[in-house]
Amino acid sequence: MSSTQQLQDFVTQVRRDILRQVHAVNSGHPGGSLGCAEFFSVLFQEVLNASTDFDMDGKEEDLFFLSNGHISPVYYSVLARSGYFPVQELNTFRKLDSRLQGHPTTHEGLPGVRIASGSLGQGMSVAIGAALTKKLNGDQHLVYSLHGDGELQEGQNWEAIMYAGSHGVDNLIATVDYNKKQIDGATDDVLPLGSLRKKFEAFDWDVIDVKEGNNLEAIRNAFKEAKAKTGNKKPIVILMHTEMGNGVDFMMNTHAWHGKAPNDEQLESALAQNPETLGDY
Amino acid sequence: MKTYENTGSKDTRSGFGAGLTELGKTNPNVVALCADLTGSLKMDEFKANHPERFFQVGIAEANMIGLAAGMTIGGKIPFTGTFANFSTGRVYDQIRQSVAYSGKNVKICASHAGITLGEDGATHQILEDLGLMKMLPGMTVINTCDFNQTKAATKAIAAHNGPVYLRFGRPKVANFTPENQTFEIGKAVHLQEGTDVSIIATGHLVWEALEAAKRLHEKGITTDVINIHTIKPLDEAAIINSAKKTGCIVTAEEHNFLGGLGESVARTLAQHHPTPQEFVATQDTFGESGTPAELMEKYGLNAKSIVEKAEKVIARK
Ligand SMILES: Cc1ncc(C[n+]2csc(CCOP(=O)(O)OP(=O)(O)O)c2C)c(N)n1
Ligand SMILES: [Mg+2]
Repeated sequence: MSSTQQLQDFVTQVRRDILRQVHAVNSGHPGGSLGCAEFFSVLFQEVLNASTDFDMDGKEEDLFFLSNGHISPVYYSVLARSGYFPVQELNTFRKLDSRLQGHPTTHEGLPGVRIASGSLGQGMSVAIGAALTKKLNGDQHLVYSLHGDGELQEGQNWEAIMYAGSHGVDNLIATVDYNKKQIDGATDDVLPLGSLRKKFEAFDWDVIDVKEGNNLEAIRNAFKEAKAKTGNKKPIVILMHTEMGNGVDFMMNTHAWHGKAPNDEQLESALAQNPETLGDY
Repeated sequence: MKTYENTGSKDTRSGFGAGLTELGKTNPNVVALCADLTGSLKMDEFKANHPERFFQVGIAEANMIGLAAGMTIGGKIPFTGTFANFSTGRVYDQIRQSVAYSGKNVKICASHAGITLGEDGATHQILEDLGLMKMLPGMTVINTCDFNQTKAATKAIAAHNGPVYLRFGRPKVANFTPENQTFEIGKAVHLQEGTDVSIIATGHLVWEALEAAKRLHEKGITTDVINIHTIKPLDEAAIINSAKKTGCIVTAEEHNFLGGLGESVARTLAQHHPTPQEFVATQDTFGESGTPAELMEKYGLNAKSIVEKAEKVIARK
């Protein structure tokens, strides 16, 4: 995809998909999903060098791992609209016998998913493992991953971050959805993260700050910068400052929509703010 | 046949919240820890009443268990709260070494257990936790059936010295046990008297067992219904006596048939009074997304399947 307008239309449709998925089953996580709509759209439409003809081993292609699995609605929408599976299947989200489980899973064989996530804090290790295999295989392609900021409170992340830093896993670009919110409130109230930049740097990572994590150009530039930094003996992390609930006025500036679906009226208002572009499923 | 009345469906986790609120007022040594799920665990009221005794640890369950173990040293009684999966599998070795082996007075309180967690799906639906916890030496394992029983159990475990795993859930279920019951750890509750078949149930399956007994009664079959709220230590006498009376057993639980209540009952009977038994439980599978009722139907965890298993086991006598 080339023009920014085209990509913006894609993002808007993804926002509609997120809202409609969670509304239909009155459950799921719109907040983080909406905040990462630009990230997923740029990644899958422009950055990932990967085949939609899904193969679990993903040899000679880029890989992506979603560690904060609760934002499955944005993942599913972007996978479907990028050609991994029929867009119509978004109708089955969280329903019995669906491949679109509440949290992403390999168990039901959804194309695009290479590891289950949902229990937080495990994806960083998996992404590093996959990056190590790429090196063993002499595969030059990259591994991308996404993590929640609250999720970084899990200690396993720091075991993984320490490993990747000290072993120079430089074919990994991890991104943190730095929305400063989690279930019980602001991360600063729940368990302050302190300076993530300083923490990652102390573990020998290269850190890129994206102040406007909901700006397409800013994300494009961050990925360019990150790719240019690969192969330099350091893993790379993008601290992506996003707005939870971005694109829906009443879902922003609060953690309330982390895991709550809109009712009929709220859906109508939210969809009016994100007019149909590519056609609803 | 005794009749039981649903006095208004409520979630068992709210029973935990209500019990904890009471404990906050009556026992100054009770402290509570939570890992970014305060609302889901219904711990808000305790937090509001006793901010100095409430510890928000963030999304860091392993640390939470360790902190709790440490807080017992000096006399506090820590109640940890998160989902059942993150209360057990996530932190098994922390519980094993710092709590169970070290003999610490920690109360591990676990909500959203089993398949009735619903739409979140298998990553969150632990069906193995009873097995994990009952295998730990010295661990008391409790799975309550309704709001009132959960509230009573929450209060009772504070008075018990030793590690406890208290399992409850998310959906609203019938509330039918007495409001101000005394909860006796390790003591089965006899709900119906019958001679044709025994149904031994725990957790959300207890109300389904009562429903099944009604349906069996209409077919002329009388049922002994026993509520085992304490999986460990198990009330072996109650099980053996019932088996002697009816000659066949159905166990019912929202858990894998490997490692759950059914296996504890089977072991007891194999040792003391071998008896035909059928298992209402999940069959060594993970769960999936869906509504609680759909999932209970698909995975055979309701009154209908208890009736089927009862008829099957009667035929095996
Ligand atoms: C191990 C584990 N503990 C707790 C949870 C429950 N949980 C789901 S999402 C969430 C908050 C995550 O915060 P963050 O990573 O910042 O994501 P955001 O709310 O910004 O989408 C929690 C505590 C979980 N899924 N896994
Ligand atoms: Mg966050």
